[in-house]
Amino acid sequence: MEVAKLTDVTRVYKIGEVETRALNGVSVAINSGEFTSLVGPSGSGKTTLLQLIGCLDQPTSGKVIINGKETTNLNRNQRADLRKGTIGFVFQFFALIPTLTAYENVEMPLLLNGKTPAERKQRVMELLEAVDVAQRAHHRPDQLSGGQQQRIAVARALATNPKLILADEPTANLDTENGKQVMDIMKKLNKETGVTFVFATHDPRVISYAERVVTLQDGLIVKDSAQ
Amino acid sequence: MMNYFKMAYRNLGRHRRRSVLSGLALAMGTALLLFIAAFFTGEMRSSMETTLRLNSGHIQVQDADYDPDKLSVAWEYLIENPEQAAAQIEALDQVQAATPRLFASGIVSALDESIGIQIMGIVPESSANDPYRDGIMSGEFLTADDREGIVIGLPLAESLGLKVGDSINLLVNTAEGNVDEQKFIVRGIFSTGTSAYDKGIVFLPLAKAQAFSGAGNHASMIFVLLKDREQADVVAAAIQGEGYQVKTWTELNELLVLVDDFSNAYLAIINLIVLGVTATVIVNTLLMSVFERTREIGILSAIGMKGRQIIALFLAEATLLGAGGIAVGSLIGWALSAYFSKVGVYFGDLGISNDMLLQDRIYTYLTWESAVNLIVTAFIITLLASLYPARLASRMEPVEALHGSN
Repeated sequence: MEVAKLTDVTRVYKIGEVETRALNGVSVAINSGEFTSLVGPSGSGKTTLLQLIGCLDQPTSGKVIINGKETTNLNRNQRADLRKGTIGFVFQFFALIPTLTAYENVEMPLLLNGKTPAERKQRVMELLEAVDVAQRAHHRPDQLSGGQQQRIAVARALATNPKLILADEPTANLDTENGKQVMDIMKKLNKETGVTFVFATHDPRVISYAERVVTLQDGLIVKDSAQ
Repeated sequence: MMNYFKMAYRNLGRHRRRSVLSGLALAMGTALLLFIAAFFTGEMRSSMETTLRLNSGHIQVQDADYDPDKLSVAWEYLIENPEQAAAQIEALDQVQAATPRLFASGIVSALDESIGIQIMGIVPESSANDPYRDGIMSGEFLTADDREGIVIGLPLAESLGLKVGDSINLLVNTAEGNVDEQKFIVRGIFSTGTSAYDKGIVFLPLAKAQAFSGAGNHASMIFVLLKDREQADVVAAAIQGEGYQVKTWTELNELLVLVDDFSNAYLAIINLIVLGVTATVIVNTLLMSVFERTREIGILSAIGMKGRQIIALFLAEATLLGAGGIAVGSLIGWALSAYFSKVGVYFGDLGISNDMLLQDRIYTYLTWESAVNLIVTAFIITLLASLYPARLASRMEPVEALHGSN
């Protein structure tokens, strides 16, 4: 089953009079349970593609279908609703809310989904244990290492049992050991829960975890291969 | 809901100094406005009470042709047998006191100085004269049968260098249009706390004033005080009579009633200006917060927070900032008002006419109504002001916000 399907998608950014064609007629389908890597040099369109799959942005032309739903004509709030239940994000920077503890950061998507306090508590502790930071649950991000923060971000992305998790350069700001830990956890969760992972990277060690590698160059998919 | 406030509280704590300063701006604005409201209310209350008590009373009964500006004692402008009329009016249930008063213009001279004054003939024992009797600073008040005594105000005594027991010459314009002169002995010196009034009036017993001015058994008016001034129209209707004019305190104090209405409008304008300035501070604080937290807004948006929830988050911050600032401001404003309601603010003789008498010291008076109105208005303006930054945050595109500063 396809979790995401993009058909002939183009994304043009206009800054002043200058137009930049970040994606130029891309078509790709992501299947449920995949562990897919988007690779390519800087400016190849990896992040733009992730943002379109994640409904954070809208294409200039073409169709984006997420979990069977056409997203092109959705307004801001409808896209927020779709993201809330279907998509989780892990960003390159450790995108935690600095005023919230690890526990509260993971709890946030559950709050937005209207879960009861008991459901939230059970799910948050389950996830923090899964990413091995349960003992740091009540620390704020500035009291945690980069690796711990990124593992909490992974836990947050998984909180609502999304179909799809999008990770943009998830290990770029981590040392080798922490990068490996984060990737091991993502891979393990993919195997255990069947959640689909799509991550953009140009780190060969990260690419080695992928089952499918989609290569972009100048806004086009130049290679799509299993490994 | 609690989570919004928890997040809002922590966000305000990130830049504690900035949050405290913004809250303080709101606190100072609220305190200042509460004090101004208390001051205006105190001033108008005092002016109304003083003017009614000393000058106009609640009702005046005059001859149909009487003109208070002329102070004429010609018989055709006066009420005949005033004590009888006053007794009938005083018998009414709503009336606290009704007493005849005779006004004449005159000149007081002592040593080589002369000052133009108003002579008021009074029935000394009437309770309507309590403000003068209670205000005796030295000597004693008049008695009805005193034929030589006069009571004068403290500022007049000071400017003529007079003390109790001294003699003064008093000239009066008589009913026949002549001038008569007689020597009087200062029996007492009074102060009502209103220099503008005290410096221009002297008191004689009614009988003496009538004899001295040639007014016979006449008075300029029956001065009426009611138990409740809101009953003025009812009582006025009950004592209407042929050849008389009956005026209520609202008719007698048109200027004062007008100024009272205007003062409320002035107060509203001052409130809007000060609250507008403080609202700008709040907007500025929240705008800085929005720009500093652009990426965070992007993250919240990415994980599914809707526009209205982002608005709610910033409104929660404004609510905390507003509630804190307004609470502190209310306390300071209340404390200032309470202090100055005891000690007053000294202005001295403001030289205002008898139409609007002000005491030399104005005592603040904070009403619950004005305090609650102001607090609610300040809070609503704070929330309205915060809508702009909140909406700005809610309209950020997640992609652009995620690339913003952290």
